[in-house]
Amino acid sequence: MDEICTGLCRLMVDSGADAGLAQFVSLLVGVLLVSGVPLLTVILLIWIERKVAARIQDRIGPNRVGPIGLMQTFADLLKLLGKEDITPTAADRLLYNVAPLVSFASVVLIWAVVPFTPFHYGVDLEIGALFFVAVASFGTLAIMVAGWASNNKYALLGAFRVVSLLVSYEVPLVFALLVPVLLAGSMSMLDIVNAQSGMWFVVLSPLAFIIFYISSQAETGRAPFDLIEAESELVAGFNIEYSGMKFGMFFAAEFLHVFTNGILMALLFFGGWMGPLYYESPLIAFAWLGAKGGIIYLTTLWLRNTVPRLRIDQIMAFNWKCLVPLSIANIVLVSLALKVLQELDMAPRQLIGASFADMLPATILLLLINGALTLYLLGILRRRGKDARREAQAAPVQFARATAATAD
Amino acid sequence: MNVIKGFQTTAKHLMEDAVTIQYPEQVQKFHQRYKGRHHLRRYENGLEKCIGCSLCAAACPADAIWVEAAENTDEERYSPGERFAKTYEINMLRCIFCGYCEDACPTEAIQLGHEHQMSYTDRRDAIYTKDMLIDAPAEGAASTPQQVEPGAYNRSIPDMEDPS
Repeated sequence: MDEICTGLCRLMVDSGADAGLAQFVSLLVGVLLVSGVPLLTVILLIWIERKVAARIQDRIGPNRVGPIGLMQTFADLLKLLGKEDITPTAADRLLYNVAPLVSFASVVLIWAVVPFTPFHYGVDLEIGALFFVAVASFGTLAIMVAGWASNNKYALLGAFRVVSLLVSYEVPLVFALLVPVLLAGSMSMLDIVNAQSGMWFVVLSPLAFIIFYISSQAETGRAPFDLIEAESELVAGFNIEYSGMKFGMFFAAEFLHVFTNGILMALLFFGGWMGPLYYESPLIAFAWLGAKGGIIYLTTLWLRNTVPRLRIDQIMAFNWKCLVPLSIANIVLVSLALKVLQELDMAPRQLIGASFADMLPATILLLLINGALTLYLLGILRRRGKDARREAQAAPVQFARATAATAD
Repeated sequence: MNVIKGFQTTAKHLMEDAVTIQYPEQVQKFHQRYKGRHHLRRYENGLEKCIGCSLCAAACPADAIWVEAAENTDEERYSPGERFAKTYEINMLRCIFCGYCEDACPTEAIQLGHEHQMSYTDRRDAIYTKDMLIDAPAEGAASTPQQVEPGAYNRSIPDMEDPS
């Protein structure tokens, strides 16, 4: 992207344009290119999401507008745009209208640091991973702002409910994100991907990937963490006062966020554009990234349509009593093991450019550590599940006694 | 590991064919007893079964039926017996398709068929008149009014072949 921008800039200056203007225009083109990818994909994603959900539920899904329903999203878009743009009189006008934009922008901004190929990216920030965390939490802010600015008790309570969830799950998300950062020794997305030339990080630390997967599922507000909507019992929440395209923006942000997370997981854990023949052409590299991100995206759709919604106390207990300690233990053990191996010269000091053979001993050891942690986690979960079931079985008896007492 | 079983179930359904019926193109087969739009039946010779007795209107819980009777003559005979239904209207917006009219009818003149695609953009269109409800006469039979020989159709209710 940089090359295109500087190239365009030089061309314009050569043809007699003002240098400042040339730089502005070329930057604008770059921004449009980078943000154009997510904006276009979200239209397709909504169609895929609806189609997959429909097939799992033995339905057909959108199939009327355009060939196999591809134009359905455009029809929905037109409908949403045609709706009355309502701002409640009691609402905080500015914040109320800005919140959906912030929500969507927070997702689109993540794409600035996503390297599509080794040579095509928005920016290669040295703090790319940190940028992702920071920008993604803007989405949380947007929800809080939306709930507050609506000036509606229910919207505010809905926002509280969601924000407590999102803030909690950001903790394991960041700890899981730290593992690839530590392994690569850099926060730059480009370096993280390059460091996986020998071995994908998902093999080095599958636990970190699972934690990242679960907590990113919570971050996007998807099942089993979809308290954000809870359409079957609570009806929306923070977005209760929104209508038309402002309402649609929140959902566009959600749909896009899911795919963005798929791409991020592909970058952080599955070697991004790495794959056979990726060096031949940027297009092949891009296809590899898209394929990996797409597969992860499809698994999240599968998950979403399989699992039921959890109660907020269950979600919180799972996060604070299970994911957070586990992610901390994981990062401590992984970094320790890696350091020890590097001191023993059994692992490369610098993962960028390391070959498969260099990585083998480290991989085996880290896998063992991760396996042990996972078994421990499963043990905890099984015990907790057993306890919960025992309590649930005991509960009806107490209830019967209580009703008998009131009957007397 | 019940979680895996759950994922297997959804994956299985992903592969299965959809149960959706593409409605306007494909229409579901109705059960024989499905109660759709009403029909006014005729005898084989083309005479109307309806004798304008208004029992259907009396039985209707939604008060959707309006019948006006008039006298039959042998020169202009619509139905057997003394009288026939001059106007017979059903307001489909009021009708609840309970089928009580069908039960009340002494001559089995009104029956609920299988048509269900009744939509209107005007309230007036919801009123189905006699012309819309009555069946076409059987093939070869004349429509009403018919000129018949005197004394042939004195009974309003025909002899039943198998009275029970």
